Amino acid sequence: MLKAHNLTKRFFGLVAVDNASIDVPEGSITGLIGPNGAGKTTLFAMIAGFSPPNEGRVVFQGDDITTEKPHLRARRGLARTFQIVQPFAGLNVRDNIAVGAYLHTKDPTEAKRRATEVAEKVGLGRELDKLASGLTIAGRKRLELARALATRPKLLLLDEVLAGLNPSEIRDVLPIIRKIREEGVTILMIEHIMQAVMNLCDSVYVLSQGKMIASGEPKVVCTDPAVIEAYLGHGAAARMQAEGAAHA
Amino acid sequence: MTKNFELILALAFLALLAVLALVGLPGNILNLFIFMMIVALTAQGWNMLGGYGGLSSFGHAAFFGTGAYTTTILQTTFGINAWIGLVCGVALGALVGALIGFLSFRAGLKGSYFALITLAFAEVLRILANSWDFTGGASGMMVSLKNSFWDLQFADRRYFFLILVVFVVLGLFLTRWLERSAFGAYLIALRENDQAAQALGVDIFRIKMQAITLSAAITSLAGCLYVQNFLFIDANVAYGSWISIEALFAAIVGGAGTIAGPLIGSVLLLGLGEITKSFSGGIPGIDLVVFGIILVLCVAFAPNGVRGYVADLYRRRMNRPPSSPKIV
Repeated sequence: MLKAHNLTKRFFGLVAVDNASIDVPEGSITGLIGPNGAGKTTLFAMIAGFSPPNEGRVVFQGDDITTEKPHLRARRGLARTFQIVQPFAGLNVRDNIAVGAYLHTKDPTEAKRRATEVAEKVGLGRELDKLASGLTIAGRKRLELARALATRPKLLLLDEVLAGLNPSEIRDVLPIIRKIREEGVTILMIEHIMQAVMNLCDSVYVLSQGKMIASGEPKVVCTDPAVIEAYLGHGAAARMQAEGAAHA
Repeated sequence: MTKNFELILALAFLALLAVLALVGLPGNILNLFIFMMIVALTAQGWNMLGGYGGLSSFGHAAFFGTGAYTTTILQTTFGINAWIGLVCGVALGALVGALIGFLSFRAGLKGSYFALITLAFAEVLRILANSWDFTGGASGMMVSLKNSFWDLQFADRRYFFLILVVFVVLGLFLTRWLERSAFGAYLIALRENDQAAQALGVDIFRIKMQAITLSAAITSLAGCLYVQNFLFIDANVAYGSWISIEALFAAIVGGAGTIAGPLIGSVLLLGLGEITKSFSGGIPGIDLVVFGIILVLCVAFAPNGVRGYVADLYRRRMNRPPSSPKIV
């Protein structure tokens, strides 16, 4: 469904993303993990059209969209959430979500009805009339999700929707994400919470210092020495193996 | 306080003014009311872009003046009917709006940069109008006195006031429509957060272009009507920064991004200005001092304008959380 090939992004001297490729098959939940500062959000920004890549191509459902503006990608069915939540603070929850729903209807009554529907799906049904600025962090993350869903995406890009949530809130959101996939939406998610990644993802890509260092099934990727070293430092994999051997 | 209630209150207030005017008012009060309506209409135009879109213009004089000059030149130089002149004035004002919008929004200007560029455009137009023969140069232009409905002039000022009230009512309904429509929702969304709006499929360039065109059209309509009342125009009146400032003052003091805000603001500002003028024995510039004090009070105590302040009071009585402060 989405193929991003050889994407490179340079900020003056710094290479934030270096020749990274990612392939998201239709119907999957694909994870993108990596240590802080690896370039995950920059890679996302290139896929969603907020930051043009210096090199490489983004292909969505067979069309090259590398230089297309974000709002046109949204019309194609590519929706994103923001890691740093970006609510329309002065609007209530219903009107926030309705902005997404207007992509497919110009009728305000219909848009608000759909907004209500989506809000109930993500568990914001009781807060419809609350101002977005009055929501908790968990509420704002759900609002990001709801707004993106209201555009009826085919591919949903989730940028750390679980970050900042406590374990019980995470437990509440996981089934929502699974249900979104069951309804036919393909998902690409950046996530730090390994519990979620192991639970949800069919395959995982690991980005470190701008380079894609591993990809595959979550369980396999987790034992990859290159991945362990990216997170824990040089030599960590060897030490862990030695310790494992000693325990045995 | 629902939006419909706000609209009904504003309509009732205007109906009261209209009845008062018909029953009979002293000439100077009627003139004040006429001026209030012209400023209210100008501010309604500003409110579409500055209030709902968060794009504060310091140069709405560019549209006001274009409307005023267009209808004046068409009438005096070409002998064209005043109503046709009005339509042309609105169309040309909208076109100037679209042009300024195209240049500023292409470059992605917003905030103080957008305010400065609009101010610059208005000043350029003022200097041009002041030096061209076409616009009567520094001596300005007069519209000859005709006093008939077809010339949009009335010996009895009450009728002109009623026409103004009709236009302000249309402005209120247009604002109400905007609040409800998909277009309005997109406009508010890009005011609140333009990145998030783009991610949800909003073509922010197109929405901003539509907003500035609509806003300019309404403000140039006010300019056309101004000329029909005062029958004289020169560069400092038409393109002077005074009208840009009245427009944004009235909207912000009344409540930017609300239906009734511009009307409340213009009535309040001009009314209080007039009262102080008459009590102080006409010290020159005293009304501007009052404007300044009101603005300071508003910024300190009612950042959402009078309309927002009233809404907050009402909500507090109803024990609901207050609306968040909004930056215009």
